[in-house]
Amino acid sequence: MCAISEDTNGGTAETQPPVYAVELRGITKRFPGVVANSDINVGVRPGTVHALVGENGAGKSTLMKILYGMQRPDEGTISIDGAVLDFQTPADAIAAGIGMVHQHFMLADNFTVLENVVLGGEPKAGMGLDFKSARAKILEISSRYGLGVDPDRLVDELGVGERQRVEILKVLYRGARILILDEPTAVLVPQEVDELFGNLRELKAEGLTILFISHKLDEVLSVADDITVVRRGTTVASVVPGEVTARQLAELMVGSALPVPELRESTVTDTPVLDVSGITVLSSDGRAVLENLSFTIHAGEVLGIAGVEGNGQAELVEALMGIRPLATGRIELSGKGITKLSTRKRRDLGMAYIPEDRHRQGLLLEATLWENRILGHQTQAPNVRGPLLNRKGARADTERIVEEYDVRTPGIEVAIASLSGGNQQKLIVGREMTGDPVVLIASHPTRGVDVGAQAAIWEHIRRARAEKLAVLMISADLDELIGMSDRLSVILRGKLVAEYDPKSVTPAQLGSAMTGAGEEVA
Amino acid sequence: MSAGGLNVAVEEKAAPVKRRLSPIIYLWLALAAVVVVSLVRVLTGADDLTSSGTVAAALTAAVPIALAGLGGLWSERAGVVNIGLEGMMVLGTWGAGFAGYQWGAWAGVVAGIVLGAFGGLIHAVATVTFGVDHIISGVAITLVAPGLTLFLSKLYFAHAPGGGQKQSPPIADVSRVSVPGLSSLLGDLEQKHWFVLSDLAGVLRGLLTNVSLLSLLAVLLFVVTGYVLWRTPFGLRVRSCGEAPQAAESLGVNVYRYKYAAIVASGALAGLGGAILAINSSQFRDGQTGGRGYIGLASMIFGNWRPGGLAAGAGLFGYTDAMQLRSESAVHALLLLLGLALLVLAVVQVRAKRFAVAVVAAVLGVAFVLWFALTDVVPPELVSATPYVVTLLVLSLAAQRLRIPKYVGQLYRRGQGG
Amino acid sequence: MSTNTGRFSPRNIGLGLAAPVGALIFALLICALILVGTGHAPVDVVNQMIKSAQRPRTAANSLNSATTYYLSAVAVAIGFKMRLFNIGVDGQYRFAAMMAAAVGGASFMGSLPSFLRILMVIVVAMIVGAVWAGIAGFLKVTRGVSEVISTIMLNAIATAVVAYLLNPHRLAVSVAGSNNIGTAPITPGGQVPGFSYPGSSSKIFGLILLAVLVGFLYWFMLNRTRFGFDLKATGLSESAAVASGVNVKKMIVVSMLISGAAAGLVGMPQLLGSSYSYALDFPSGLGFTGIAIALLGRNHPVGMAFAALLWGVLDQSSNVLDISGVPKEIVVIMQGVIVLSVVIAYELVRRYRLRLEQREVGKALGTTKAPEEVSA
Repeated sequence: MCAISEDTNGGTAETQPPVYAVELRGITKRFPGVVANSDINVGVRPGTVHALVGENGAGKSTLMKILYGMQRPDEGTISIDGAVLDFQTPADAIAAGIGMVHQHFMLADNFTVLENVVLGGEPKAGMGLDFKSARAKILEISSRYGLGVDPDRLVDELGVGERQRVEILKVLYRGARILILDEPTAVLVPQEVDELFGNLRELKAEGLTILFISHKLDEVLSVADDITVVRRGTTVASVVPGEVTARQLAELMVGSALPVPELRESTVTDTPVLDVSGITVLSSDGRAVLENLSFTIHAGEVLGIAGVEGNGQAELVEALMGIRPLATGRIELSGKGITKLSTRKRRDLGMAYIPEDRHRQGLLLEATLWENRILGHQTQAPNVRGPLLNRKGARADTERIVEEYDVRTPGIEVAIASLSGGNQQKLIVGREMTGDPVVLIASHPTRGVDVGAQAAIWEHIRRARAEKLAVLMISADLDELIGMSDRLSVILRGKLVAEYDPKSVTPAQLGSAMTGAGEEVA
Repeated sequence: MSAGGLNVAVEEKAAPVKRRLSPIIYLWLALAAVVVVSLVRVLTGADDLTSSGTVAAALTAAVPIALAGLGGLWSERAGVVNIGLEGMMVLGTWGAGFAGYQWGAWAGVVAGIVLGAFGGLIHAVATVTFGVDHIISGVAITLVAPGLTLFLSKLYFAHAPGGGQKQSPPIADVSRVSVPGLSSLLGDLEQKHWFVLSDLAGVLRGLLTNVSLLSLLAVLLFVVTGYVLWRTPFGLRVRSCGEAPQAAESLGVNVYRYKYAAIVASGALAGLGGAILAINSSQFRDGQTGGRGYIGLASMIFGNWRPGGLAAGAGLFGYTDAMQLRSESAVHALLLLLGLALLVLAVVQVRAKRFAVAVVAAVLGVAFVLWFALTDVVPPELVSATPYVVTLLVLSLAAQRLRIPKYVGQLYRRGQGG
Repeated sequence: MSTNTGRFSPRNIGLGLAAPVGALIFALLICALILVGTGHAPVDVVNQMIKSAQRPRTAANSLNSATTYYLSAVAVAIGFKMRLFNIGVDGQYRFAAMMAAAVGGASFMGSLPSFLRILMVIVVAMIVGAVWAGIAGFLKVTRGVSEVISTIMLNAIATAVVAYLLNPHRLAVSVAGSNNIGTAPITPGGQVPGFSYPGSSSKIFGLILLAVLVGFLYWFMLNRTRFGFDLKATGLSESAAVASGVNVKKMIVVSMLISGAAAGLVGMPQLLGSSYSYALDFPSGLGFTGIAIALLGRNHPVGMAFAALLWGVLDQSSNVLDISGVPKEIVVIMQGVIVLSVVIAYELVRRYRLRLEQREVGKALGTTKAPEEVSA
């Protein structure tokens, strides 16, 4: 670990410790089965931008929910301007001057900016809404902090950066002095990020305090005054940007220990199975969520894609399966162009899919296990015979999957919603691996699965790989990626930015590439 | 757009960029419409197209439809589809019949409002508190209402003087008012049959003289709705329930409460529409509403969920309703009007680069014009289908311009917000 | 889809019946209240209806009504399974019946064998119903028009078109000795004979067999075919269905077509078994009844059959009420209340049953269901 000051009271020689705008001491929060926060200590100096960094699952969101009054801590205290406060609901936090700008905006598209901002706190003129004073106040706030917001425009017409500024204005309108921004740059393009940081500096100049949650280290280093690193639910370091490099930060975030992949024989062949060239996918408002992506996976090869959530992985997977259309580019399966083919035809040609969100895309929750076994394979034996279902065959095969993949269930006639997430996932893996697929698109395949089952699923994939299955694996679990992949790529903002050999990649390299902290050559 | 159910089939497109049209444009549009109609009148010699008699009848016919549509607007703006408008209207007709023949027309109005509001309350309980699908609840109410009113009718009207098993005794009418001095002046002008001027005179005479107080009440309610929903905090919160209930909840708005208020108001308005229908017909009769609740819904869609457009739509449908009873040549001339409207729509769509839609609109437009040219009469049975055909055409060909409240028809449960 | 452990265990049957039975009792209570409120004795009313129901004539008519209702319910249910609201069954069946009647009564039919005549009439009805519903399906997938609104509009348009066609200048003829107008009657060669019911001169529609067949086909399609699986999957989770390869747009159009074809059959038992022509007094409103029965029967082929029978008995045995001073519409009120309360009841039961199953699975495995991994 680098030489970094631990988070104790102030660093300068003063007779009294400085009063923090926000101080979290010893915050601990437990949920059934997991400790989300453990002894977290954060001190935010007034009039600064304080960044909270950590990977997904590190505990940042829970901490912010506690600060905003949406959850209550099991242990620990929250102090605002030196006074210890207890927040029962968000209203208490708002009353204490805390405003939260959520990652997923809460705006009514068909309303004007003004209507969105005043909703729930409307100024009155007799019976009617006092549009004039609302407009004046909004314009005043907007010019004071340089937000450039026009109260009479429809939110629908605003770009993402502008919408974010409206969310900021919403909390300022209600008198917030402490702003929490949750992953604010997740949806912004570089210019919008610069604009946002300009706004944050203005807010700071007016004496507001900003708490900024992120995992994008390059941005954090450019705008924050202080940085607290959270890993696996606890604070590991508190640093000042000038004293630390991106690489060091990345290492802190990711942890210096990475699993050593087992030595095993390479099963990679020369036969390309999945060939993706130059694909671009646009979102509904015209932005490129995938930009000119290309890669090839060969038979017997696992290509792992690492990356922080929200950088285009979900869209990539859906584009490959035919659920999302391509703006440009080609996809070929075993030499055959499949760009124009439907999802069903792609599945028929041997594409298997383990979706990231099993409840949304992988299962029919109210249906039985054996009916879910058929899902995705409605045109294949043993589920069907011609146009008719083969119930007996499907049932028998489901029993086999339950046996082979150790799905814990009292029977195959129960609704799959009553199984635990891990067992649901095992059924999905079992069903997708059946039928000799040619390529497996696995998106977070062991999410929510207990350790034993995880190892079993990995083993199944390895065995299939030895039988020439090609696998695209997207995961946030670095153990999994490094342990399973033959090649490792990193996706950032819709582009593949780096490629590594899992046997030799260092945590610093991986962390940097995933968070864009700097160019690293493999 | 989808009222509940599947919506993957609808592509996710960014909503249309809306240019706020200033009110002056609407005035010009109205004037242009009069000119076109006047042209058609001169060409076809169907004086009834713009006669004051027709316009007055159109107003009378439009009011119940408009109020039902206004009820639908309140409900959908709060995010709840109200297919039960027809049922609530039926309740209103009965209320007017029951109270009207005993205590006068205005008592009937009040009773109609109360009964309609009761229907709205049931819809609110079912959809908001119990999370029943909006369509099912609406269908259930529309199923029960005629049965309930017929039941009560047989009990209370069968032995009343002038009444019967399926109708109430007669209800007295409310008084009518006129703008003084205009009647004869405009009447003379109208008789001159001059291009545009006489048509304007006829329209104005129909709208400003001998107008029922109930029609004025309806106009008042429209104005009030426009003010309340768009210029008051209460209205803002109601609309937020239909646009972004989670955002509203995160800002402290009690979404359930506002939805209840809006749905009850919706029922009350539909009930009022029914009451006025009964009073206009001087009695309650079983089956009187004849689907006007659905036409009201159609007017709401036609009017893009805004009171002004809704009134225009209801006016249009009331106009075709009134025309049926006037003269055949006028009805026939409507075909030409419809064809021309479709051709105009086709041009609009071409400019918006939606070529497939434009072609369909153009083909239909030509078809209607040909129908006009090749026939002399429109079969009366088909005229009654006009509002529905027009609604389907609007929905199919002009859907992009519609801006439906974003959260309509979807299940909202408290605490879903992050 | 089947959501039971051990399909016919007493607990599951109990839960399955809880909602409709609960709804029925609730509706009875409400109607009793209304009756008391308007000065009648509920017990009397019930007695009258039971007595009437026991008469053979009422029983026969109940079966006939039930046949029609069942067909309507199946048509609606096909849509419901896909979360499509085909409110247009009403317009579809009337339009289909009219056109089929016109074809059936046409003069050229006289020279064809009976079997062919009946088959043609039925096929015409199915085609017309399918096309009318197909318009709504087409508009939905191409223009995103809600099928709820478009089918309601099409209902009204169908009414107008039927009124237009039912005119001596076009497809109809005057019925001698009355004000009625109808299509040319179908001669005995094209009629479907009925079954006699012991103790009454009323006959049971021969096409009750058609209803049974339709019910069977419905069950078979849903549970034994690939298409049915796709249909149910789309209704349960559109996103999962898409990910599994279902072409949702195609499904929507095809389901509407099938639903419309089934709707077209609704008028056939009546047309070919009793009226023999489509006239001004042909039963109307059967589409909405179908919705009620589909809801009550939970879209299940057997459930809907029971619901249809119940409805038929209620309708027919209430005919006697008017005479004794209780308007028979009390039954309509009851039916409406049943619809609302049964939907609420089913939802409550569903939630309860899921929780029960989760607890059982937990017990069977020795653990309680672990919560989903918390994303911190």
